[in-house]
Amino acid sequence: MTTRWTRKDLLGLRELSADELNFVLETADAFKEVGTREIKKVPALRGKTLVNFFVEPSTRTRTSFELAAFRLSADVINISAANSSLTKGETLKDTARNLEALHADILVLRHSSAGAPQFLASRLKASVINAGDGAHEHPTQALLDLYTMRERRGKIAGLHVAIIGDILFSRVARSNIFGLLKLGARVTLVGPSTLVPREFEKLGVEVSHKIEDVLPKADAVNLLRIQHERQRREYFPGLGEYIRLFGLTKERAKLLKPECLIMHPGPINRGVEIDSDVADGLQSVILDQVTNGLAVRMAVLYLCGGIST
Amino acid sequence: MNQPKQNPPAAVLVMDAEEIRRALRRIAHEITEGNPQLEKVVLAGIPLRGVEIAQRIAAFIHDIENINVETGVIDVAMHRDDVGTRPELPVVHASKLPLPLEARTVIIVDDVLYTGRTVRAAMDAINSFGRPARIQLAVLIDRGHRELPIRPDYVGKNLPTATREQIQVRMQETDNQPDAVWLEGE
Repeated sequence: MTTRWTRKDLLGLRELSADELNFVLETADAFKEVGTREIKKVPALRGKTLVNFFVEPSTRTRTSFELAAFRLSADVINISAANSSLTKGETLKDTARNLEALHADILVLRHSSAGAPQFLASRLKASVINAGDGAHEHPTQALLDLYTMRERRGKIAGLHVAIIGDILFSRVARSNIFGLLKLGARVTLVGPSTLVPREFEKLGVEVSHKIEDVLPKADAVNLLRIQHERQRREYFPGLGEYIRLFGLTKERAKLLKPECLIMHPGPINRGVEIDSDVADGLQSVILDQVTNGLAVRMAVLYLCGGIST
Repeated sequence: MNQPKQNPPAAVLVMDAEEIRRALRRIAHEITEGNPQLEKVVLAGIPLRGVEIAQRIAAFIHDIENINVETGVIDVAMHRDDVGTRPELPVVHASKLPLPLEARTVIIVDDVLYTGRTVRAAMDAINSFGRPARIQLAVLIDRGHRELPIRPDYVGKNLPTATREQIQVRMQETDNQPDAVWLEGE
């Protein structure tokens, strides 16, 4: 491997090269092995302090980062919107400066505003890891999706990946699109035209509003949750109609190739974007994604937090 | 990790392929003598070249005793004590050891023994997999300058060096070059 990692921050996949993406995935291979040891902990980030700063609620991403940090021997502080001074009128910058005054080395930020991680990364000495900013990017989620596809199918190049659902509001979709295209995959976005507008074609992906056309050709389908909380007006008549047109029902799942992977970033809405039986079926890699998320986040924390700045 | 260039100009050849072959074969004999229960031995190579050296020694032991000793990989990058102080991070590799380690003798195998810090990190890494009965150390070159109380059990060649000098080891499979050990001045 000749690639070197020189970034203190991970803000998005848009700015990473294919070599950098592959380097993170290969580093994650090594950290995945740590999870198989009797003592699942290495001293790589001993003495470093990580702040999980979640202005938007999240359980699985925060927990995954927290466990990843523990396994690297870093100390972890969790701050959520509810118990932070943001509710008392402090600005994001002041909160972050206070965290820096505590000598935090790594800041993992989840924020409802796109660009918040960039804003802090350019002002702080600490490493900033984007754990989801608005509808912009969620790089570690996309990296774990890439890792899972690569693990199951050998390589990303040449795979045809369908991303289905609420693309318009999805930072997971954006990060996946950037990562998949750089590694040579073909991407088709599927959903109602209100949530999957044709403008996305400018990114180099295909757009389809008919799920039955896409399922038989896909090597992996990534189902996204309908983000009720981010929708300010109605984008489709109702959940019933969404399920009827775009839900991955048992019947529709029969259209898939037997080796096609069924993925979901979670939390899944059983019976909405995916049928219960399909989510628990043999083609589902949803729980692999959770396991791989830990390895990928260890790799990202090690790479960004381990370089001397 | 030193990425050797093509034959370095100011370098002195310290061991050629034949000398390396004989040294590794002698180490294989010594391991056989020192470990009557060879089936409990694991040769754990440190990436990159330690892994290839461990496999060579295992092949010699098979020639001598007709026993397949187990080999493994023990990566030290995530157990180092200097993370965050170097401009470039060491590349991490997955470790691979036969489990459980209890009642086994793990022989750490590396190309060059220098300060001993890599070996300390390797011992830490091994302990996270379990508690072997014994840990031993085999190296192709011992160049001195220890910074920790660590002593090898099997040595291919003792090579007194100055700290400003560099040892370059090439192995056929790792480097796609003939086996050789070079001593480079400044």
